[in-house]
Amino acid sequence: MSKFTLKVNGGTHTVDVESATPLLYVLRNDLGLQGPRFGCGLGQCGACTVIINGVATRSCVTPVSTVKSEITTLEGISKNGALHPLQQAWIDEQVPACGFCQNGQIMTAKALLDKTPHPNDTQIREAMARTLCRCMTYYRVQTAIKRVAGKRSVAEAAAASQEVVA
Amino acid sequence: MTTFTKIPKQITEAIENSSRRDFLKTAGMLVVSLQTASAQSAAPQGSGPYPDIDFRKLDSWIAIHADNTATFYVGKTDCGQGTGTAFRQMMADELDIAFNKTSVVMGHTENTPDQGGSGGSDAIQVDGWPMRRVAAEARRVLLEMAAQKFGVPVNGLAVSEAVISVKADASKKVTYGELIGGKKFNVALTGKDIDDTTGVAKVKTVQELKIVGTSPQRFDIPAKVDGTLKWAVDAKAPGMVHARNVKPPFVGAKLVSIDESSVRSIPGFVKVINKGNYIAVVCEREEHAIQAARQLKVNWEKPATAPFPSSQDLFKYMRAAKPTSSAKPEIVGDAAAALAGAAKVLEAEYDIPFQGHTAISPGHAMADPSNGVMTIYSNDMKSYGMRRGVAQFLGIPRDRVRVVWLEGPQGYGRTAAEDAGFEAAYIAKELNRPVRMQWMRHEETAWDTKAPAFACKMRGGLDAQGNLIAVDYGSQAVAYNHIGYNEAESVLVAQLMGVRRNPPAGRGATPSDMYAIPNRRMTSDVVGLPLIWETPLRTGNLRDPNGPQITFASESFIDELAFAAKADPFEFRMKLLMAGNTDDRGFRRARSIACMKAAAQAYGWDTRPGPKPASSANTLTGRGIAYSFRGQTIAVEIAEVEVNRTTGRVWVKRLVCAHDCGLVINPEAIKRTIEGAMLHSLSRALHEEVTFDTEKVTSVDWATHPMLTHTDTPERIDVILVNGDPNPNRPDLPHYGAGEGGCKPMLAVVANAIFDATGVRIRRVPFRGARVLEALRSARA
Repeated sequence: MSKFTLKVNGGTHTVDVESATPLLYVLRNDLGLQGPRFGCGLGQCGACTVIINGVATRSCVTPVSTVKSEITTLEGISKNGALHPLQQAWIDEQVPACGFCQNGQIMTAKALLDKTPHPNDTQIREAMARTLCRCMTYYRVQTAIKRVAGKRSVAEAAAASQEVVA
Repeated sequence: MTTFTKIPKQITEAIENSSRRDFLKTAGMLVVSLQTASAQSAAPQGSGPYPDIDFRKLDSWIAIHADNTATFYVGKTDCGQGTGTAFRQMMADELDIAFNKTSVVMGHTENTPDQGGSGGSDAIQVDGWPMRRVAAEARRVLLEMAAQKFGVPVNGLAVSEAVISVKADASKKVTYGELIGGKKFNVALTGKDIDDTTGVAKVKTVQELKIVGTSPQRFDIPAKVDGTLKWAVDAKAPGMVHARNVKPPFVGAKLVSIDESSVRSIPGFVKVINKGNYIAVVCEREEHAIQAARQLKVNWEKPATAPFPSSQDLFKYMRAAKPTSSAKPEIVGDAAAALAGAAKVLEAEYDIPFQGHTAISPGHAMADPSNGVMTIYSNDMKSYGMRRGVAQFLGIPRDRVRVVWLEGPQGYGRTAAEDAGFEAAYIAKELNRPVRMQWMRHEETAWDTKAPAFACKMRGGLDAQGNLIAVDYGSQAVAYNHIGYNEAESVLVAQLMGVRRNPPAGRGATPSDMYAIPNRRMTSDVVGLPLIWETPLRTGNLRDPNGPQITFASESFIDELAFAAKADPFEFRMKLLMAGNTDDRGFRRARSIACMKAAAQAYGWDTRPGPKPASSANTLTGRGIAYSFRGQTIAVEIAEVEVNRTTGRVWVKRLVCAHDCGLVINPEAIKRTIEGAMLHSLSRALHEEVTFDTEKVTSVDWATHPMLTHTDTPERIDVILVNGDPNPNRPDLPHYGAGEGGCKPMLAVVANAIFDATGVRIRRVPFRGARVLEALRSARA
């Protein structure tokens, strides 16, 4: 067992686990962050997705010892009680069925929109391709992503308002 | 107690707070212990802390609080279709209270009456009725109380949003909360069984319903997207340990020896659990339990004979196998004679492989044996069955077992959640510690229950004018020893421990349509596999259990007949429906015709006999139609496909479903349910197949068992609720189930559209690229 210090959702935590322990179990069992969920343990389905360095990362196949940057989980994307626009879109579009995979759908979509604020349909399909949903809510997931992507991003809105001021 | 936080309030109350139980106890619940008709168990009822909830008491169903809100207690579970929201709509409507002033507790055996949990798409169709009646009864009782209070007759009162006022003097008003808040109704109900539960009051007519037919947002969704919901996978208890199974590497293998020293050095190792061929490892930490399951050295002896043929040889095996049972043939006219005299006879065989439930989360449960009772936290959709089954399996009285239903991955039938629940409870009892059991992906995909494989044979005859005069349907289904729900003798852990029950005969299935075909014969046989116990090829119900399979055969064949008759497939079907002159009590023929028309109109159906003219383009396009019903719910579906001639890839670009499930409670929720049902079946059409060699299942993860993905998603889906909102023309149309009907026609729809695009008929599911490519090549040869 070794000690690892993790930055998660703005906080810092030290855990004493083996270096090969998948990040997923540390988040769920040691830090009580249960947004990421076990679906396959193989990096195939995306239910365990977290964001590290802007990249949607499968925490079930990420050894805790390899994580050097801050981790964002589903619990960390709403700020000061306000839902992330994607979370709100998920409610507005009534996306989830059972909802078990939706952590992966939302976090993968967030990584996409953070990098590409206005993706076209093909970019959405390709970015989401490996994030599986057994209730097959894909159609509504894509609609919700488009709902957010169709709006001006927060950064763009801020930039636009600065232009006006300038 | 548990260490949950941030659970929705009503669940917190149900789990953490014993006041509900005490509340019911003081209503005399401990003395009266009426069993439901289905509540048979070897374990007797004693004086345990969790007696059955008496469904003949109004207080078992509804509590009105001092703040003028209401909580409904129902014995159902919501597997992601929004049924919980629909229950609130129906009950709020009958009670006359605003939707947002209500909450619902579901499937929590200690606090909700036994409505069996979910299954069969009957939550709204069957269980919705007692819910409506008890809510109407509560409204009646409250009106009586107000009448007494104001000294006016009930018909002198008006009620709106939980406030009762005197019609003649609007200043006189009282809320439900003021009348009874926090106190008991103490009103007895009647009914021969729970489905029959009723008070004196009558339910409202459809025209009087205000909340039913509207689309309030599902109450469960916000906590599912902000990460606050506590799921069954999140259940924890102090001192809890983690368990993982070690399954036989060869099906039918016999355990020879276990070398426990191979895992003893793993940190936090607790124990190897073993009985018969069942093995599990237990560790303090989850990752160590996973490591121990991989590392444990076990000596297995291979069986002398192969447990099953390989999946490549399955259909040959099925067609040659002697049936273990045959259903009584369904006969109209004389199909053999009509076929003998037909101008044209068609014959075709259709093969549908085993397809798995393969939940997005493998089976899991947490069992806590603290305080001399067994509590199981499970997402199993039939929590009451699990309570009875576990009590019987462990030999403890049912009233010392409770199941707390929490959300989990999709419940579309008999899932491995049941196996995991029994395993967790068994190990928890052995160790006397809380145990979390979690199946791994390879285990779930290989070992969960399977939808039966079907080998179907169709024969049909046309007369000289192209009229369909005879159809003969025959099928062999591998459904011998079909596994039921939460059975203590057939759950996998029991099988591996050597428990055997007398296998039932299984059950075949025949197609559902309202076609008027003058001569028809339908036979269905069940066949078995060499090994019937301890096998991953155990069959169990999967969403519309046999519907997609048999409808693939029957509705593909109707298309083949239409082509042979040089008729348009829509018009050919319409003619068969219009030829009938009788209908059933649910007007299924008339409603089938209405759905056919609605689907064709929404799609913009272009009438033409035969497939599209041959094209040299690389991407071929076409459209197909198919229809069926499940119970009283009708579904007509149309797909537009693109077939890539180079890769064989099929993309369903557009889907239309015209659907009639009677009175719709929540149109937006039902549209999503139908979309999900169609896409689930589309995944089965395009991708899903359980593969195996003669020793083991070889489809074990999402690489070897592919499924529908975002890239397969249609770019447009239209769901038309033909009888969507309360229908003025048929005001008393009841609410039918909507969870599964949309699954049924899809395999055939896609096959029919592929034929339209390519002129090539594919009679074997799934339509993966390689198979389609091969079919295109063979057709050219």
